[in-house]
Amino acid sequence: MAKKKKMSKSARTYLTSFLLVAIFYGAVEAIRLSGNLSSKAAGLLIPVCAYIMMAISLNLVVGFLGELSLGHAAFMSAGAFVGVFFYNTAGASLPRWLAVVLAFLIGGLAAGIFGMIVGVPVLRLSGDYLAIVTLAFGEILKNVLNSLYIGVDSAGVHFSLKDQFSLNMEPTGKVLMKGAMGITGIKKFSYFSVGILLIVLTLLFVLNLMNSRAGRAITAIRDDDIAAKSVGINLTRYKLMAFVSSAVIAGFAGVLYALNFASLVAKKFDYNLSINILVMVVLGGMGSIPGAIVAAIVLTVLPELLRGFSQYRMFIYSIVLIVMMLFNRAPAFVAWRQRLGLKIRNKKDGSGVSSGNAKKEG
Amino acid sequence: MQFLSYLVRGISLGSVYALIALGYTMVYGIAKMLNFAHGDIIMVGGYVVFFAFCQGGMNPWLAVILAVVACTLLGITIEKVAYKPLRGAPSLAVLITAIGVSYFLQNGAMLLWSSEPKSFTSVVSLPALNLFGGSLQISAETLVTIAVSVVIMVVLIWFVNKTRPGHAMQAVSEDRGAAQLMGINVNGIISLTFAIGSGLAAIAGALLLSSYPTLVPTTGAMPGIKAFVAAVFGGIGSIPGAFLGGILLGIIENLSKAYISTQLSDAIVFIVLIVVLLVKPSGLLGKKQTVKV
Repeated sequence: MAKKKKMSKSARTYLTSFLLVAIFYGAVEAIRLSGNLSSKAAGLLIPVCAYIMMAISLNLVVGFLGELSLGHAAFMSAGAFVGVFFYNTAGASLPRWLAVVLAFLIGGLAAGIFGMIVGVPVLRLSGDYLAIVTLAFGEILKNVLNSLYIGVDSAGVHFSLKDQFSLNMEPTGKVLMKGAMGITGIKKFSYFSVGILLIVLTLLFVLNLMNSRAGRAITAIRDDDIAAKSVGINLTRYKLMAFVSSAVIAGFAGVLYALNFASLVAKKFDYNLSINILVMVVLGGMGSIPGAIVAAIVLTVLPELLRGFSQYRMFIYSIVLIVMMLFNRAPAFVAWRQRLGLKIRNKKDGSGVSSGNAKKEG
Repeated sequence: MQFLSYLVRGISLGSVYALIALGYTMVYGIAKMLNFAHGDIIMVGGYVVFFAFCQGGMNPWLAVILAVVACTLLGITIEKVAYKPLRGAPSLAVLITAIGVSYFLQNGAMLLWSSEPKSFTSVVSLPALNLFGGSLQISAETLVTIAVSVVIMVVLIWFVNKTRPGHAMQAVSEDRGAAQLMGINVNGIISLTFAIGSGLAAIAGALLLSSYPTLVPTTGAMPGIKAFVAAVFGGIGSIPGAFLGGILLGIIENLSKAYISTQLSDAIVFIVLIVVLLVKPSGLLGKKQTVKV
């Protein structure tokens, strides 16, 4: 107990986060070695990794920056489409490993650029307006990708927002993107260990960011933007930093997710996905990275394990959202919990550990 | 002539957005929160009318009134259970709760009434209007929708400006603390606002489904978000603004559907929102503080 108390909060977060990932990896590999990993569960592994990354990424915006993004799936979508488009075209002539690495880099970069395009106007707003504009950008991207046709023939590349015929292609040409049908014929690249590696990289990046000067500036903006401004923190710069970093991670997650399937459609990255990820962040505790990891694993695996549960899944999610918010944020509840905590601490004769406000509740 | 027909249909769709936007704008003005679940109340109203009128054979007027009562009660309940405890909490928490309520209504409806689309019969049973020797036909639904929303807007403006509860609403919207000190029952006024907004949503639901007769649990989500866009477009907090924003948005949507692309019409609506927020965040009529609710 005494030893634990000496450990700084950030060190504890590092330890728990990496420990969780190690346990997850170890457990999955153990089940695989014992031969009990069903093909259905194996198909879930990469999506779980992608969702973990998405939850960490959204946590950066919701938990640490304190703004709500309702279009986070759009960044995933941007990364997935650009990365896979590259992988399927230029990447086809490269060695496989190089194509994959480049697909990730290009996907992440694309998502980052999209994040910048969205972020610059959006971060001038705040609160409800910011949330609704991220939703708007998400819907716009989904609609555009859903009706985008790209083809290539000897005359060059053709674009259309209408249908395949308006591409005006030569009969020998190849259609690369078919509107609502998306990109097809992706040569799958799905390795669980690659997913874990990406999660570890994400964790290293996010945890270091949050413990840096920039990270402290970001949380200062969340807690009080006027106070932060008055001590000389450049609001736009740090807000954009958090937002774009988050978009890049989402882009990586998108490429990881997309390479796991043979085809990629824009409809997958809709508002519902953004909400699912938000539920992971809220359930794990806003601002808690280990919480986001656990919530992402549980919320992806649990519905698949419980048959017949899927019908009730979204219904239960909605109740979870409401109850968690009321319990964690309603002034009356917060006061009640503090009173309760005080009582327990008095009984224990002042040996209470921490106030633990955002981390966990009973 | 075809353009005129698209235009009239746009105005009709816009009138529905305007009705929904009125609810949004009033709740936003008074409770200072974005009631994400507002659109889903339309859906609930739609189901009530569907079961009472389309299946139960009830008089359409009575069915709509029943829906209004049901949605009013639902709106007040939602406010009391989910939003009231969070008064004073950060806006992020309230917004997430509102999203939770929206999902609760959608998925509750899905469990209760299944996701199978129900086909709605129009509550309006009047003949269509033929103009210019039959070259321009305007359906009765279109005309009724436009007429109903104009009447409702006029009544609301009168209510807010000329009655005591209306004055109290304006006071709460301007300064909640001061209003409370002056003896205004703030909680009561907020409940009243939710009641009015939800009642309007029920009417909007019946009218929307009369023109676009497919009823599913997510029917209300898109119109709800678009109505919010309309409210922002017109200047949030302003009743004529919500009306104007709704009509313009309906026209923009219908014309872009007709002349640009059906698939991209939603994207165009959202681009409008982004441009408005960046160029004139207070909206078209946002500065007119006099009718701010």
